[in-house]
Amino acid sequence: MSELDTREQIHPGTAPGEDLVLEIQGDGDFQTKDMTLSIGPAHPATHGVLRVVLEMDGERVLSARPVIGYMHRGFEKLAEYRDYRQIFALVNRHDWLSGFNNELGAALAVERMMEFEVPDRAQWIRMVLAEWNRVLNHLMFVGSFALELGAITPMFYAFREREDIQYLLESATGGRLHFTYNQVGGLKVDLPKGFLRTSEELVQSVRKRVDDYEDLLLGNEIFLARTKGIGALAPEVALDYGVTGPTLHATGVAEDARVTEPYLKYGEVDVHVPVGENGDAYDRFTVLLGRIRASLDIIEQCHAKIPAGPVNSKVPKVIKAPEGVTYLRTENPLGQLGYYLHSDGGRTPWRLKMRTPSFSNVQVLPHLLEGSLIPDAISILGSVFFVVGDVDR
Amino acid sequence: MTLDSLTLPVAQFVPTYDSLLNVGDGFLLPLLLKTALVLGLALTVSLVVGYMEHKMMARLQDRRGPTFAGPAGSLQLVADGIKFVQKEDIIPAAADRRVFALAPGLALVPGILVFFVIPLAPGIWAEDLELGLFYALAIGSITTLGVLMGGWASANKFSLIGGIRAAAQLIAYELPLFLAAAAVAAQAETLSLVGIVEAQAGYMLFGTDINLWYAIPQLLGFGLFFVAAMAELNRPPFDMPIADSELVFGFMTEYSGIKFAMYLLTEYGGMVSMSALMAVLYLGGWQIAPGVPLPGCESAGLFDCGVLGTLMGLGVMLGKILLLTFFMVWARVAWPRLREDQLQKMAWLVMIPLALLNLFVVGIGKVIA
Repeated sequence: MSELDTREQIHPGTAPGEDLVLEIQGDGDFQTKDMTLSIGPAHPATHGVLRVVLEMDGERVLSARPVIGYMHRGFEKLAEYRDYRQIFALVNRHDWLSGFNNELGAALAVERMMEFEVPDRAQWIRMVLAEWNRVLNHLMFVGSFALELGAITPMFYAFREREDIQYLLESATGGRLHFTYNQVGGLKVDLPKGFLRTSEELVQSVRKRVDDYEDLLLGNEIFLARTKGIGALAPEVALDYGVTGPTLHATGVAEDARVTEPYLKYGEVDVHVPVGENGDAYDRFTVLLGRIRASLDIIEQCHAKIPAGPVNSKVPKVIKAPEGVTYLRTENPLGQLGYYLHSDGGRTPWRLKMRTPSFSNVQVLPHLLEGSLIPDAISILGSVFFVVGDVDR
Repeated sequence: MTLDSLTLPVAQFVPTYDSLLNVGDGFLLPLLLKTALVLGLALTVSLVVGYMEHKMMARLQDRRGPTFAGPAGSLQLVADGIKFVQKEDIIPAAADRRVFALAPGLALVPGILVFFVIPLAPGIWAEDLELGLFYALAIGSITTLGVLMGGWASANKFSLIGGIRAAAQLIAYELPLFLAAAAVAAQAETLSLVGIVEAQAGYMLFGTDINLWYAIPQLLGFGLFFVAAMAELNRPPFDMPIADSELVFGFMTEYSGIKFAMYLLTEYGGMVSMSALMAVLYLGGWQIAPGVPLPGCESAGLFDCGVLGTLMGLGVMLGKILLLTFFMVWARVAWPRLREDQLQKMAWLVMIPLALLNLFVVGIGKVIA
């Protein structure tokens, strides 16, 4: 990068993400002007309707500003008008790639407010499904990140595996995207016959396929050239912005709610948290693959430990959480998901505030994008994992 | 200044080898036959390549590809073509209308004109120019002008970036392409494509009587030509001018309907013409194997082999074209895209020095022999 290319040189005294006044540089026939390029709201690389406004000097990004809100669906407000049984159908929708994990957090929050004891079997099954959902989510990003680098094939492979997993989850929950399998006090129904055996077989096959992805992509020189050192995020910056999940782990910080503040039975299984070194796109991708493997390991451990017994406990017909507040965080596939539940003792939450991982991850984009080239900007957008629904809610 | 005083006399564009299509003394019949050959080649083989890409990509990606339109989906591209014709022809309000409308044609027509000099089988070519190789490479480059015009006239920033990228890519990859081709011309001592095929039929390994195609002595040049050709055609992993995840659809973003189809046809036609050039330059054209003449060609030489020999030559040539396009499709399925600056670095720092080295080595070999 030549010195003239940086934002500080051309627009001194501005901050990352700030709107710039476009200036004309040079004189005579060689006058150039910075260009504003709007990536999105409808653009192949934004996974939904995120808009990123880039100020460009040629292909060099001088400043980037994510504009969010195109997908605001008002889930937090809607939840204030639904009772505690109904909110699960709402909260599993904001991050449509991690439906089960979303509703799990809400269920745990309500159960903690009501001081419910959830049967052991339900807790173990919740872990199995939560981890499968994590694999499902990560496979999507493995495919889409490769697609953003121009490799079309991993996407199809990832969807092949996703199809198998969705079929498995459908057999238990009846849903493929929005499972709505949790309810206050446990699960909707018990697992179907043969679920664990299919699940066990699937663990083996997906594990083998993940090795294939590694061969296909990490052995490719173009892939390495496009990811190594691209969009390197320092751990301090990541923590300042509240970045969590694989994007944080890639910087070398192994903060994972399943380990630091275990919920369900995560304290009784071995949770491996893969971390990276440089926090670049390459590390984020390898962490993602590592997390798929770690999740498969957890699923295997759970298979051996699921006890017999009921999957839900007796709950009153009208569920009323006692007056008070609680904040509960769980490790969602994309990072830490927090539910701040405020109840006034009525049938509906008085306030259900979500702390979604994608929202924080997107905030770090101006910092990462500045100074990059367009192709690298796309590589960064694809590797700072976010779902737009999870940003806007 | 008269034409005679140019270093490149016009006279050199006259045919060297006579085409079998020059039937009778008339002007019209050979013209019609040649036009039919060129258009048929450009359009039909492009469709076959397109279908092959559909099916091959699908198989490599664990899919089935088109299955409904025609037997095994073979008419899918025809159906697509009909759909494209029916689509509304949208021209953006801010676009430079005339340039916008002209650009796809300017890309497609030179892409078809390349086929005029490509020899398909003994005696089956439209024209064999003395400067055939030069003509093919020069006119093929005009396609990029159509791309640049389309990108500029669309009044869309993504299109503009795509068009500029295409121009930069042309400048970078034209050089290794021409240098690699120059080495072939030096070895064959002719620029006539038929002459190059003939030269390969008579090329012997040093001091032996083993017949070889130029792919063996010029393996490096072949590799460089192949890579540079893919870059010229904007094929992945060199599809930065399109780069669908970055630039939406690059210079084609604002195009729809028949104009979009013309750009697509340019790409597939380009794949066919570049593959045909490679088959001629490096793989012995219509010859079955080094040192193995076509049936009927044993005594008559390369140019009058009877019906069976000619048809077989045609089949061999088409087979070689499909084989080379197969590798292009394979590369698309297997590899991510390079970054624009990495692409430029690869051209200027790796491929051009290697191409010069190739030319140098071929020159030394020529002098010694």
